[in-house]
This record gives sequence, C-alpha cells and structure tokens, in this order.
Amino acid sequence: MATKPSSTSAAAQAAATQPAATKRPAPPKTTRGKAGPNRWDYAPALESTKILQLKDRYELFIDGAWVKPTSKQYFQTVSPSTLKPLAEVAQGSAKDVDKAVAAARRAFENDWSKRSGAERGRFLFRIARILQQRAREFAVLESLDGGKPIKESRDVDVPLAAAHFFYYAGWADKLEYAFPGQKVRPLGVAGQVIPWNFPLMMLAWKVAPALAAGNTVVLKPAETTPLTALLFCEVLEQAGLPAGVVNIVTGDGTTGAAVVGHPDVDKVAFTGSTAVGKQIARAVAGTDKKVTLELGGKAANIVFDDAPLDQAVEGIVNGIYFNQGHVCCAGSRLFVQESAYDAVISKLKRRMETLRIGDPLDKNTDVGAINSKAQLERITTLVNAGVEEGAEIWQPACDLPKKGYFFRPTIFTGVSQSHRIAQEEIFGPVLSVLTFRTPAEAIEKANNTPYGLSAGVWTDKGSRILSMVSKLKAGVVWANTFNRFDPASPFGGYQESGYGREGGLQGLAPYLHIEKA
Amino acid sequence: MATAPTKKTAAKPTTKAATKSAAAGRLGVPKTYKLYLGGKFPRSESGRSFAFADANGEFLANVSQASRKDARDSVQAARKAQGGWAKATAYNRGQVLYRIAEVLDGRRDQFVAELVATGSTARAAEAEVEAAIATWIFHAGFADKYSQVIGSTNPVAAPYFNFSLPEATGVVALVAPQQAGWSLRGIAAVVAPAIVSGNTVVLVASELNPLTAISFAEVLATSDVPGGVVNILTGFVEELAPGLAAHMDVNAIDLAGVEDTTLARDLEATGAENLKRVTRPRTFAPRHVGELNEIVRFTELKTVWHPIGV
Repeated sequence: MATKPSSTSAAAQAAATQPAATKRPAPPKTTRGKAGPNRWDYAPALESTKILQLKDRYELFIDGAWVKPTSKQYFQTVSPSTLKPLAEVAQGSAKDVDKAVAAARRAFENDWSKRSGAERGRFLFRIARILQQRAREFAVLESLDGGKPIKESRDVDVPLAAAHFFYYAGWADKLEYAFPGQKVRPLGVAGQVIPWNFPLMMLAWKVAPALAAGNTVVLKPAETTPLTALLFCEVLEQAGLPAGVVNIVTGDGTTGAAVVGHPDVDKVAFTGSTAVGKQIARAVAGTDKKVTLELGGKAANIVFDDAPLDQAVEGIVNGIYFNQGHVCCAGSRLFVQESAYDAVISKLKRRMETLRIGDPLDKNTDVGAINSKAQLERITTLVNAGVEEGAEIWQPACDLPKKGYFFRPTIFTGVSQSHRIAQEEIFGPVLSVLTFRTPAEAIEKANNTPYGLSAGVWTDKGSRILSMVSKLKAGVVWANTFNRFDPASPFGGYQESGYGREGGLQGLAPYLHIEKA
Repeated sequence: MATAPTKKTAAKPTTKAATKSAAAGRLGVPKTYKLYLGGKFPRSESGRSFAFADANGEFLANVSQASRKDARDSVQAARKAQGGWAKATAYNRGQVLYRIAEVLDGRRDQFVAELVATGSTARAAEAEVEAAIATWIFHAGFADKYSQVIGSTNPVAAPYFNFSLPEATGVVALVAPQQAGWSLRGIAAVVAPAIVSGNTVVLVASELNPLTAISFAEVLATSDVPGGVVNILTGFVEELAPGLAAHMDVNAIDLAGVEDTTLARDLEATGAENLKRVTRPRTFAPRHVGELNEIVRFTELKTVWHPIGV
C-alpha cells in the first residue's frame, strides 16, 4: 500500500517546502474482527497519475483569465493519502471576490443574459462533452487531491458531473416548459460555495443549473480540494465560454464568507455543514438574496426482517462506507428490526472484512483516505465519545497505510438515541446501529433528529415502503437501495438539512425569479 | 355586535360604531374579542387587553393582547394538529377550505360592517370580503392539484422508479399583512397557501384590525377546520414575532406584514437557528388572489427511489 504516485514536478518541488508531516490522532481502542477466509488479497492495481499535468501554482480564475491574488498569498493543497503537496493555490481575499463578482455582473449584463437559451445550452453541452473526454484526468486528480477511491471518482463523481451538465444543457432553452403559466427570469450573479467531499460533482450541481437559467457564477471550491475546480477552468477555456460567466476564487472560509456576503450577489448556494449554513442564513437576513442550503444529515437506514438481507447489507455498506462516509446523506444510523438483528450484524461484519482500505489510486480500493487531518480528528473524537458513552465498537481486521489520513470502517452496536454518535454528524466511515420492533417505533426513532436529508427503507412489502416513505422526514428516501444520485432526481433536505433542491426540474427554481404570468 | 348593521347604516360609519347596534333603541350585546387557540377562544393567559377604537376614535372593543406564552401555546396546538391535518386527503383539505369560503360568504354583511367600522368604505369593504372569498376558493381548488403541478417522476439513468412530491413543511408562523384594505383578505392570502398543503399555522393578526381576525376565527371554528390548524393571536408584532422566530418547533415563518425592516432582518436571522424557511415582507398586488409559489414555499420536496426488478 501507500505506493507513491509518480510525482509531478510540482509535487516534487513542493515536497521540499512541505511543513513537517503532521501526526495522526491516536486511534480508539476497539474490538477488532479477525481476518477470515473471506478476505482476499489483490495485487496493487494503481491508476497512473501521468495523465495529469498539474501546474506548480494556480492563480484565481477571474473574467476568463488567471489572476494573481491581491493578498499575494498561496496555500498548499496536499494529498491526504500521501501527505505530499500537489500544488500551490491562491488565497482569494474580499478584494478578489469583489473583482470576480464585478466580472460576473458584467458578463451577466453584457453577454450571458442576452444570449438565447439555445446558445447557453450549447455551451453547457460542450462542457459536458469535454468533461467526458477528460474524465480520466479529472478522476485521477479528484482521488489524488481528495482521497476518495479511484473507482468512485471514475464511476460516480466524474460521470455524474458530466451528466449534470448534459441534463441542464437541455433545460436552457426550455425554461417556459419548466414553469408553465409563470414568468421566469434569471437572478443575476450566483455566489456558490462547495464542500470537499464531492468537489467536481458539487461544482457541476451548482454551475450547471445556474448557467442554464441564465445566471453567471462566482464559485469558491473547498480549501482542501480546489484542484478539480481549477482544472475545470481549462474545460471552460476549451469550451469557449465567454469571459466572466464562471469565475473560480479559491481560498478558505473567509473567502467563502466574502462570496456569500457580497452585496452584488443575487443568489447564494452553499453545500456544507449545518453550522456554516446557519451562519449564511443569518448573513443574508434582510437582503434580497435567494438562498439554497444543502447541509448535514444523520440518515436513518431502516431494515425490516422481511428485507432481502444480502442486498440490504450491500446497501448498508454503500450507505456509510461510500466515500469514507464523507457524504451528507450517508446512512449513518442503521435501524435493524430486532428479529433480524443477529443475521444482519453477522452478515455486515463478514462483508466489512472484505473491504479494502488503502491507496485511493488503487483500483481495488473500497475505502480511501480521510480528506484532511481536521476531519480525521473530528471522526476520532466522536468515535472516542461513542466508546466513552458505552457503545460497543467493532472494526474489521485490516491494515492501514502507514502514511496518510486513514480510518478503519467502524460499527457501533448498543447505541442509544441520546449518544453523540446517534445524534451528531460524524462524516466518516462510522455506523451506529440501533434496533426497533414496530414500524411506528422505527419512524419515531428515525425522525428523532434535527436533520432531514435522506433515509433508507428495506422491506419486501410494498405498502410498508410507501407508508414509511410518507412518514420519514427526509428529502430523499431510498427504498431497497441507498446513495443513488442522478441529475434528473431532485436532492435536498428537510429541517436543518437545509432548503432548496438541486437536480431535476425543481433544481432550476432556486436560480430563477418565478412569478405568475 | 349581536346583530349586523344594515348596509344602509354601514355606509355611514360616522353615525354609529359597530359595537352599538344600529337597530333603533336596542341595547346591543357587544362581543368579547379573544384569541383563537387550539380550536378554542381563550383570553390571553397574561390577562391583558387593549382598547381598540374605530375609525373615528370611538371605543369599539377590548382586544386580547397575546403574550409570548400564548404564542408558545399556539405553536404547541399547531404541532399537535399538524400530523392529522397533513394526513387528511388533499380532497378533504380542499373541501374544508371551500367550506371556509361558504361560511364566510354567509357572513358577508357582518364582515362588511366590521370593516366599515374600522375605517373602510362600504364599497372597499364589500370588495375585500369578495376577494377574501375568492382567495379561499382559489386555494380550495388547488388542494388536490398543486402536487401534480410541482411533483414529478424523474427519468433517472438506471433501473429505478424515481418520483418527487411535495409535503407540508410543518408548523408555520405568519405575520398577517398590515396593508390597508387587507385585514380580511390578507388573512386568506397568507393562511390559505400555508394550510392547503397540510401545514398548521400561528397567525399574528394585523395590528390595523385585530377584530376582523377574531371574527374570521369564528368562521374557521364553524367550518370543519380541525382545532389547532389555524391559531390566531391578536397583539403586537414586535412582542410576538421574535418568540415565534426563535421557536425551535416552528419550521417556517412568513414575515409578510413586518413593516420595520430592522425587525424583519432580526427575525430572519433569529429563524436561522433551526433553519426556518423564511418568506420576507412583501406587499400584495391589488389583484392578488393566489399564486402557486405561495403554496410551494411552505412545502418540502421528497424524492423517492425504488429499484425496478423482477
């Protein structure tokens, strides 16, 4: 494991200047599974990084050009699996954001809002196609910068990002069909701040509907995963998108706050934590800004005793260990009907013994690196809290790479509703298992959270699925499946998981003024 | 106001206040205006009331001055009623809303007289009652249709059946419009789009005319609206709205009638604590009867996936 990716010149140079590698937090004490006969070893199958030509340093992408940050400051983005620096990235300041918003405003007034929907659509189609053409490059970079397994960035993130542009490209000249009987017009400049768990896909979810609806964009990628957004600027150049229509300003939280708080931004779209979402909701209070917030979750995945258990176990694993559990809609609370408890837990543990944890660029890897040291610390803290509060911890017998930020897939049993691990979003590969007897009890426990992003139901009984679906307070409910995404399918939460929807016809609404014709 | 004044006297509000019966020589039986909470008409738990004068400054009635405790009690009543109201069929909710229009229509004269007593011209009062009735009918007819308009089946690129449908957001706090000429129709404009989808509401009545809000509560109480679905507080926006904006069991807030921009901003910021869906203050257009968006903003879209297999 921990095989070095063939380093780019940037990485090699920057390695010399890298601050001393930070220590990983100590792992919690745990009951470990024993590597059984199910555990297969594979020879490493590394995806080459040769396809990438990273620059040593990335500037801000404003008004169609690479612009140095006024702060003259740069920060390093590091691969969480090797801790090697990948490139230097500009720290955008409020002044840079101001420039970007001004460019977006000009582009909106003078160009983008004057183009026909069909023409806007053509640009989006081009972007979609170029993303497909350069898919491998994006997948490798996404795994390198963010730590997610290459099989996920290759098969999920990048194809879905391209599909999202494809989907909204077709809407650009059909807005009058989307909202019959109503008049629509674009809002203006959209300020968008995206997270580090699905960097390119979140960019697509934000940029595609905004442009289709006729808005221009200032987007701030996450601090730890800016590279695919910067590579995306090359796609924009290749597509010939007019200058200023999409501006990418990298930086930290202060940069994001400047985007959200800019008085000339008409629309704010944010995906990230509920805590920051609340700050944003406060920041836009009293303005005319339209807001979409896609925030945290603590999804219940409910398994009835009549469910197809093997499929359910696959769904549970996909629900919480997909993308290291760095998924806002992750099925982090498993509710098992008591009568099926023993069978589900033993199958689940057996399945978890087969998970391969390691180098994100290895095609065999199921669980990659934790995105950052800060996130690893948060996961460790909450897992320790779970142990201290009396839940029983179990992890499979797997080796972790010596370098990088990794965390073993973890199950907690004997969890009670009041435990922190049952209430707080861990955003890591940690599953809390609870039990129930009746459907009513399952609903009551599942809804016992301020969140409401997603939920899962596993049962063979159709009428029970529909009854559960109607009672669960969640914006997305997966019945006999989990963690499925599609550009045509609206996504977003109830309650403290945010408001507004992304994806689908309904995902256009947050980017439009809609009024009765 | 035991007997409604005749249209003739209503047209001359300067002669008599509405609480005094126009019928010659008869000593009227004035109504006590109380709150409407959980389907009942309690006085404010605080025991407070304030005198409300007619357009000429003559005493009209003592109005209950709701407290923050009353607001909390209303939220509790609204929460208790929400599950059942949302579970009622859309057809049933439509029937109930239509019944509101029917009962309101039956009391046209009473409302016209009351509006006139509080400063409206007879003509404007009649138009307002008519507009209120139209608003209720518009929404009654939307109850079993809006989800067909804004819901969808979604053609995902995998073997799954995928559909989206709107559900009620939950408990919604409403600040009634304070626009002149909107004391009755303003209630319809904010309450109808919220309850049509299964939300339950706490309404802070217009300060311009709290009496009409309570008379309207009598319409609600006699038209099959389950207790707790609509709760009406009379009192002061400045006192009541902050508590509702801060209440963790209120899911959304409509600031329609908050005229003070600083207060509106503060209420919106306070509501962020549990990410309330906030609708900002607005002025309704003269021809406003209803709009799909007014319904949509207090719904949550739920998307469901199921595999297609054998």
